[in-house]
Parts: sequence; C-alpha cells; structure tokens
Amino acid sequence: MATNQHTLVAIVQDKPGVLNRMASLFRRRGFNIESIAVGHSEVAHLSRVTIIVNGSNAMVEQVRKQLDKLVDVVRVSDITGDNITVRELALVKVRANSASRGEIIEIADIFRANIVDVASDSLTIEITGDEDKIESLFKLLKGFGIREIARTGRVAMVRGNIGSAPKEAQPAGKRVKKQS
Amino acid sequence: MKKTGAQILCESLIAEGVDVMFGFPGGVLLPFYDTLPQYPQIRHILVRHEQGAAHAADGYARATGRVGVCMATSGPGATNLVTGIANAYLDSVPMVALTGQVARPFIGKDAFQEIDITGITLPITKHSYVAMDAGSLAGIVKEAFYLARSGRPGPVLIDLPKDVQTDQAEYSYPEKVDLPGYKVPSRGHPTQLKNAAKLINEAKRPLIITGRGVIISGASEELKQLAETSQIPVITTLLGIGGFPENHVLSYGMAGMHGTGCANKAMDSTDLLIAVGMRFDDRVTGKIAGFAPKAKIIHIDLDPAEIGKNVAVTVPIVGDVKAVLQALIKLIEAGEHVEWINQLDEWLKQHPLTDVNDSNGLLPQYIIHQIYEATRGEAITVTGVGQHQMWAAQYYVHTEPGHFISSGGLGTMGFGLPAAMGAKVGCPDKTVWCIDGDGSLQMTIQELATLVQDNIAVKIAVLNNGYLGMVRQWQDLFYEKRYVATPISCPDFVKVAEAYRIPGLRVNRREEVVGAIDQAMAYDGPFLIDFMIEPEENVFPMVPPGASNIEFIEQPKKEVSTWPRTSTP
Repeated sequence: MATNQHTLVAIVQDKPGVLNRMASLFRRRGFNIESIAVGHSEVAHLSRVTIIVNGSNAMVEQVRKQLDKLVDVVRVSDITGDNITVRELALVKVRANSASRGEIIEIADIFRANIVDVASDSLTIEITGDEDKIESLFKLLKGFGIREIARTGRVAMVRGNIGSAPKEAQPAGKRVKKQS
Repeated sequence: MKKTGAQILCESLIAEGVDVMFGFPGGVLLPFYDTLPQYPQIRHILVRHEQGAAHAADGYARATGRVGVCMATSGPGATNLVTGIANAYLDSVPMVALTGQVARPFIGKDAFQEIDITGITLPITKHSYVAMDAGSLAGIVKEAFYLARSGRPGPVLIDLPKDVQTDQAEYSYPEKVDLPGYKVPSRGHPTQLKNAAKLINEAKRPLIITGRGVIISGASEELKQLAETSQIPVITTLLGIGGFPENHVLSYGMAGMHGTGCANKAMDSTDLLIAVGMRFDDRVTGKIAGFAPKAKIIHIDLDPAEIGKNVAVTVPIVGDVKAVLQALIKLIEAGEHVEWINQLDEWLKQHPLTDVNDSNGLLPQYIIHQIYEATRGEAITVTGVGQHQMWAAQYYVHTEPGHFISSGGLGTMGFGLPAAMGAKVGCPDKTVWCIDGDGSLQMTIQELATLVQDNIAVKIAVLNNGYLGMVRQWQDLFYEKRYVATPISCPDFVKVAEAYRIPGLRVNRREEVVGAIDQAMAYDGPFLIDFMIEPEENVFPMVPPGASNIEFIEQPKKEVSTWPRTSTP
C-alpha cells in the first residue's frame, strides 16, 4: 500500500499520563511517528498535539480512530489534505571563524533566519519554516561543519477562519479520501 | 459531612449498586478493609490468588451484565490482577479493578510493594486513575463505572494510595460525569443504514455472523427479528454464542477455527455477510485472503476503530447494535432464501459434529451433551481454555445470552473456575457448570477453597486427558506427534476436592456419566467430577493455522484406544 505523510492534530485534556497513553498506543500498534509537538491550546486545560505520521491511508485512519478512543483525547483530525500551514523551529550551531562568519550570516539572511549566539568558533542560528526550508539551510551549512541541531517538531494549522480549529472526527466510512 | 477516603470509596461503590466484590487484602489496603464492616451491603469474597479475583469479577460481569469489581493490594497483588484485566479488556467486559498503592510520599521511591500498576496496565485498560486526594475519589469512582459499562465496555483501574484512604474530605456523590473526550456513538448513520438495507434486500445468499456485541447490547430479540424477517441464516463467533438461540431453525452454529463445516462453507459462499458486534478475530477469519471471498460485508459495531481494522467492509455502521438493528429492521423487506437455506441444511448433513454415541471410550463430546441434557440447556457454562472449551462450545446447545462464559481474545487458561465462581455469585439461582481441562484447572485450582468458604455451589466437570490437549492436538496434526511438554501429570482431583471439603467422583466409563452428573446436580454445594476421557481425542472440525476457513479438517475415522489408562491416579 502506498505510504505517505499525514498530519494529525489532536486536542487533549491536560491530565497526568495523557502523553504516555498516546505514546503507548503508537508503540503497541506499531505506528511510526515522524514528529510530535505538544503545547497549550487556546482553551485552558486543553493541549494541542501535532503528529506527523508515515503510513498508508488505512493505517493512519486506524491511528486516528485509536487515538480518538482515548478518554483524555477530546478530538483528532487528519488535516493532511486541507490547506494548512506547517512550521517548525530549529536551532543549529555551526562552526565559524573570522573567515567564514560573513558567508554564514549571508546564508542565514537569505533564509530570514536569526543569529541568536555568536562565539569565537561558532554561530547559533534560529530558523522557522517548513521542513524543506529547514533542510535546505542545513544542507548549505553542512560544509562549514554543523556541531548541534535542536528541532521542535512540526506544528500545523488549517488556513483561514473557518478551518482554524480541527473539525470534529467524521464518522467512519464517510471520510473523504485524502492525499498529501 | 467529612468522611475518610475509605468511607468515600465504600459509599461510592454502594451508590454504583455494587453489592459484591472479589478481593485480597494487604498492607496498603488495611484502612479500606478496616472500614469495610461499616458497610455490610458490600459482600466481600476473599479469593486465594488475585488472578482469581479478576476472573471472578469478569465471570460475574458476563453473567449479570453488571460491572464486576475486584481488589488487590499494591505490588504483587496488583501485578497478579494483570492477566485478569487483560482478559476482560480483550473480551470487552465491564470491570473496575481497585488496587492499593503505597502512601503518596513514598510514590516513586521504590518503596516496599510499590509498583507502577497504572503504567503496567496502560495498554490493557479502557482508562485508569491514581486517586491522589480523597476529595476527588467519588468523582473518579463515578467516572470509572461509567466508562467501564458504557460504549464498548472494558476494565478501568483505580489506584488507591494508603494515605488517601485515611485522609478526610467532604463527600457527595456526583450526579454527572464530565468527559469531553469520551464519545459513545449511539445509532447508525441513516445513509449507511439505507445502503445496508438495500444490500440485504437484494442479497441472494445472505449470512449473519454475530459476536459478543449482540450480548453486550442486549440485542438478541432484534437479531432474531432481522433473521426471521429476511430469512437469513445465523452463525456466531465463540463469544457470540448465546446471542442467538442455537436451537433456532436459522442457527447454523459457530464459525471459524473450530466452527462447523456448514458455517465455514456458508462464509465461503455467501454474497452478503452481515457482521454484527464482532471484530473479525483471526480465529474467525482464517487466512484473510480466503475470508468470505464472494461477499460484500456489512459491519455493525459500536467501536469505530474496529471498522476496517482487519477486513475491508462494504458498508460500515457505527452504533449500538440494538439501536442499529431496530433501525435496520424498519428498512428491510420480508424475504425468503429457500435455495440458500436448503443448501446450508445440506451442508449440515454432510458435516455433522462427531456422533457422540459412536464410541466405546469415554468421549468428552458425550459428557458435554449429557450435561446439556441434565441441565435442560438452562445452565450457565463456564470454561477454561483448550479442547474442553471448544467441546463445550460445540456440544452444549446454547440458547441464552450470557450463559456461555469463556475467555476468547486472550485465551486464558485458568479462567474457568474463578469465572464460574463469579457467575454463580452473580446468578445464585442458576446452575453453574465449570467445564474445565486438567491443565487449565491446575492453574487456578486454589479457588476451590473460596467455593467452600463462601459456599458457592459451582459444579465442576474436569475433562481429564493427561495432556495439555489443545497444544498436543497441534503437535499431533502439525508437528508429527512430537508431544513435547504436553503430557501433564495430575493430582487425584477427587482427593484434592476432598481435601478442600468438596465432594467428588471419578468417572472412567460412559455408563457412569449420567449418574455422576445427576449426583452433582442433586448436591447442595460445590461438586467435582473427574472425567477420565479419551486421551488423544481431538477437536474437529479444525481450520489449520494460516489456512482459509474452507480448508477445514474433519474428524478422521479412528480406532478407539484402550481405556481406562493403566496410569490413572
């Protein structure tokens, strides 16, 4: 079956163990998680979890339904086919000396990335964007020597007013087939 | 008015209608047990091993439809519940498991008998709680019972730190639960109902297969109405047994690995399989590629995650089985499928179950049949796991929902005796037979003591063949009879029973069967019969593992071995 990347958004209650329950479910059912990001939502006591998962449509639908069964999970939607904004933040520490510093800063500028720390032998760059943009920056910096990378995992939101909150889970069998 | 956590727990249990619980005390539960006598409404049954408590609560729940309650202390007590909780989870049995926990200041310190039981049970509970303050306890109990019994039922665990039991808090039992993330689909989607009705009305060879969902939902009447209106034959899964009366003219028995030849042929030929409250377990489907190859499939189930999990379906209907069937009945036309039904009757004749009279030896099938006769089919039959379980499923004619109690999903040996105990406690006016194997019984035989202490009149039939029979059968059929680790020595079960002060009989010959069963039934209290059956009798038909259902093997013509054995206990 064709495997592709899906973006799921889950709204969950801030209760002890909720992440543990989700992680346990992924492990137990053999779901392969590419990225997961958790933070507060616009509603008190509710957190928003963005999950990037690779798999066939049927497998991801099974992930979604199993997640939806967890008592602390208020709702889950697969927003892959929607018009969405996906962003990730990364910090990258790159080797830099007086000779290379100028060129690195130039590259950072092109990517609208920020220099957040300068030391005698390194620069730390903060970049926000989709995966392609971040990967492109890394590729260009590779030649200078990347010392460390820290990434937040991706967060996603449907564009426009109406789609800004995840839709209620649709009844099984009624889902429109989505492609990424 | 302020009450202690232990009092709040008892009050809350009573508010939920709990009148019996199965438990085993321990250090961190002392405050609870010290409080329990203040609440004589709650009958506490002391088991001999915590696994017995969980299975008893399970058997109680399946027999009564109410939530079963079990309790164990922290550490090893809690881990001993794990098998029973997993068993309840896989068979969707409503259960609340209460575990003691070390006092809050000791949590996370590897204190004596401290174990992370909510962590351990995470994948086998519907939900779980650690009650971290006495004030939240009533709300937790309320939610736990609601979750355990509603929707697709399952076990819920509450972990109770010792000092929470002694802390004081204001008590009032909440009237409502607030669970925004918990959804219970109620009735099917109208479009899907219409689609399903259209398929049913057009089908030439429709077939209904039912699972435990019919029993949980109490939908037997609706099921009967659907089958009768459209004249659709009905087969069941192992756990679906009892949801449709097996003496009904449209009943064609159990399907799957040890299903009838007729049921498996019907699944192979049907053009419309209507799956009601079942989840396409591999023991039912056989090889997926060969499952119901000519059929469109309508799948009715409460749990949306079951739809399309193992088998692709044509029309999914998510909803409570009873409500869905009620709606569906209104949309279907009266039908006749004379040719199809004649075909099934023909298959029934071609593939009968073993003739229980056709042997000189003591055949297990004959024994089950005689228990059926003696109880007029009205007993609750509870089994362990193995060959005896399949014979009990095949040779007792099951007609009532909740009267056949067996470990399906987990296949837990040792389930029989404690579950029978729970069933009898829940239904004291019913005759309860525990049909067990010599291997299975030895896993939880200590509960004989519980039967005596609480005078629980379970009748026990041990089908004793001196083997772990089902595993031996696989070795016989697929491993060239290399019987490795399956010959099993047994104690003299009659003497063991006697040691527990339970009367017992040994039956070696077929002429003794009826008399022994009558004697057991006439006795007012628990009774054990040790039936020394044909040691190498196999369960047939059988679909070999990994094969399609249609490739079932039937009982070969065989020589009856010399009996009785010389090495009997």
